[in-house]
Amino acid sequence: MKQSDLLIFNSKGIYCPKAQVYLDPWKPVKQAIITHGHSDHARYGHKNYLTHHSNIPILKHRLGDINVQGVEWDEPFQINGVRFSLHPAGHIIGSAQVRVEYKGQVWVFTGDYKDEDDGVSTPYSPIKCHTMITECTFGLPAFKWKPQEQVFDDINKWWQSNKDEGKTSVIFGYSLGKAQRILKYLDPSIGEIYTHGAIEKMTEVLRPQLNLPKTNLITKETTGKEIQGNMVVAPPSAHGSPWMRKFVPYETGTCSGWMAFRGARARRATDKGFVISDHCDWQGLLKCIKASEATRVICTHGYTDIFSKYLREIGYDASVENTDYEGEKDEVSSTEAKETA
Amino acid sequence: MRKFAKLIEELDATTKTNRKVAALATYFSKASEEDKLWTIAILSHRRPPRPVNTTLLRQYAAELAEIPLWLFEDSYHIVGDLAESIALVIPNDDMNSNKSLAEILEELILLKAKSETEKKAYVQQMWMQLDYYSRFVFTKLLTGGFRIGISQKLMTKALSQVTEVPEDELAYRLMGDWTPGTTSFEELIFGRNEQAYVSKPYPFYLAYALENELPELGDISEWSIEHKWDGIRGQVICRKGEIFIWTRGDELVTDKYPEISELVKFLPNGTVLDGEILPFIEGQIGTFNDLQTRIGRKNVSKSILNKVPVIFRAYDLLEFKGKDFRNLNYVQRREMLDPLVGEVSNPALQLSERITLNSWDEVTSERELAREKRSEGLMMKRNDSLYRVGRKKGDWWKWKTDPLTIDAVLTYAMRGHGRRTNLFTDYTFGLWESNEEGNMELVTFAKAYSGLTDKEFAEVDALIKKTTLERFGPVRSVEPTLVFELAFEGIAFSNRHKSGVAVRFPRILRWRKDKKIADANTLDDLKTLIPK
Repeated sequence: MKQSDLLIFNSKGIYCPKAQVYLDPWKPVKQAIITHGHSDHARYGHKNYLTHHSNIPILKHRLGDINVQGVEWDEPFQINGVRFSLHPAGHIIGSAQVRVEYKGQVWVFTGDYKDEDDGVSTPYSPIKCHTMITECTFGLPAFKWKPQEQVFDDINKWWQSNKDEGKTSVIFGYSLGKAQRILKYLDPSIGEIYTHGAIEKMTEVLRPQLNLPKTNLITKETTGKEIQGNMVVAPPSAHGSPWMRKFVPYETGTCSGWMAFRGARARRATDKGFVISDHCDWQGLLKCIKASEATRVICTHGYTDIFSKYLREIGYDASVENTDYEGEKDEVSSTEAKETA
Repeated sequence: MRKFAKLIEELDATTKTNRKVAALATYFSKASEEDKLWTIAILSHRRPPRPVNTTLLRQYAAELAEIPLWLFEDSYHIVGDLAESIALVIPNDDMNSNKSLAEILEELILLKAKSETEKKAYVQQMWMQLDYYSRFVFTKLLTGGFRIGISQKLMTKALSQVTEVPEDELAYRLMGDWTPGTTSFEELIFGRNEQAYVSKPYPFYLAYALENELPELGDISEWSIEHKWDGIRGQVICRKGEIFIWTRGDELVTDKYPEISELVKFLPNGTVLDGEILPFIEGQIGTFNDLQTRIGRKNVSKSILNKVPVIFRAYDLLEFKGKDFRNLNYVQRREMLDPLVGEVSNPALQLSERITLNSWDEVTSERELAREKRSEGLMMKRNDSLYRVGRKKGDWWKWKTDPLTIDAVLTYAMRGHGRRTNLFTDYTFGLWESNEEGNMELVTFAKAYSGLTDKEFAEVDALIKKTTLERFGPVRSVEPTLVFELAFEGIAFSNRHKSGVAVRFPRILRWRKDKKIADANTLDDLKTLIPK
């Protein structure tokens, strides 16, 4: 990091010294700009939050009564003479990139992002900048996503074939983002959709903004018989828990970019892995970086060492900064576990 | 190829035995005769020899994916499987060749002799003409190691459902010296090929580890007790003036052990012995480590024959005078075997003696003598047991000695494979020794990658990531902080190891969270365990 850098990395987060504002800080601060509602980016304890409008219900649901201000896409605002604006990142609903400009220098912090239009989040748009702070959760050439239509087609076929065998389908995805994306594309003509409490609650919060099919919350009274052959959407932490017992006989499916690896699927002990992610794949990352026209790239989380080394080879001034962001978690998330309680 | 790839995908997608058998049965009922035969060959480890080495495969893949070689290698370390890494980075997902499995395998057999340019053109073209999963399976065929959790037993079961040939009969038919080039599906499953029959071994009967208290086995007089020898389980077959030595891994090793193949001169035709290939040095059974020096060699030199001679210690007679004896009981078989070994009277053929013991307490004491007698424990076989196929419970039990143990410090860690890729689960351990300056340092003595629960592995993985000192590709050196109790089966001096000691089958017994690294054992402590 240089003295003149518009954004620096300190022990609390990504900091703009000129504006005295943090981006997605991991320790409590006075002023925080939040890219999206996932728990590693939107944390407890900041005095003031600023985020895109559509994130406010998510943040309030997760963090309680916080002091939060909403802004629109591409609507610039000034803090101590530094010009900020939020732009769609396409990761989940409301997810934003933060553009920071001061005296002709432009920096963009991507937060988490993907270039595929998932039909749920506002689609990613490339923002020109000099320095791009990017995630690289799936920054390896081994990651290559298929168009989501193909994957959802596979999911619906899988559901139908389980149903034909008299089995219930249980699909796992994070309660914020992945779950709504799954719900959006499930085919309700196959059967009923049931949800785990954590997913139902988050989906309730987002329904006013999204057009989603009807879901049925699973309660103590819900019987295995009524669920049979239908679809259950649950957070990854529910996998293998006693909560699953009444669905027997069932088949499990996990929706994650990690499912691209046979080993990851085996470790999760899931019957079927669906490779679908809310992050860019290898080509996606390279395409987005190119479109930004940035010459300097800072990698925050994921395969940072490998990805930045490659970027340097193809001519970027690329480096790595450590953060507390987690990307798409490989293991069962502890936050998700809390939510199920 | 598509159908075979689909089969592998289905097998790989489930851990449920029933579903695997069903997928195999469906495949066997639909596939062509040639594809069926090749499928059986592949699943019973009869792959054609590797036509292209993996170094070249990596280069071809990186080139085709338009990425630098280091980036391919780094990706491979993370993915954990070469064929999978290649399948993932190749940029094609639409095309799919119509070639059959048999066609491709026949091409691979011919490929071996071709020039490097031709190999590259062929492999790269195939990669571009196969969809993701077919590409993965194709590359697995190129690289070898096809481990997808399909035992011979499962395959036999599925094949039996489709062909209506009984499983035990099939298990026998699938053994021995055949390749898709030497037989047809029809002949293998239903026919009788005299030439193949001559060399064919019987399926081995395998024991389970003892589960219950000894007295629960009933009256001791109903049991035969022997020592359990620590060599290579094998069958010696003498038919029509020829001898064949098969290992339990279904490998033909007749030429590797000339001492034993000499027995062709002494054994009557139509004899099949079951027993153990053992190193026998200066009138005493050697260690498995000694035997290891013979296992890997293609050409057996005079000096190695002098240094590590082997014997065959027989404990069962499966065929005699051309008659299948497997339906006689154990005592009857032994009553024929024991005098036979006496008559042959050759130093390379010994008998695994049955020990007369009068109580289970005496059995317990006998087991204490195992290390002294150079065995790894005891075998208990019911006197009236028939010779069965595969691993069956009830009649044969093995009761190994308690393992040797030592407390060692974790020094290096590597990413695991398969379901453990992304986790550091393969560890290197060190013991203390004083160096030239008289300071204590850790000397590597063993690697182990099993024995912890998934939860413990996750915990250790997190600590490794926190205490990493240096990274060398997939390996990390870590600050020594963790102590583990390691167990192993055998121990011997070795000049192939830096520590000067080789241990057999090391694994983690438990994590000694209560111990500091200074409490771990020294290399000298380990050496005191070596039998004199």
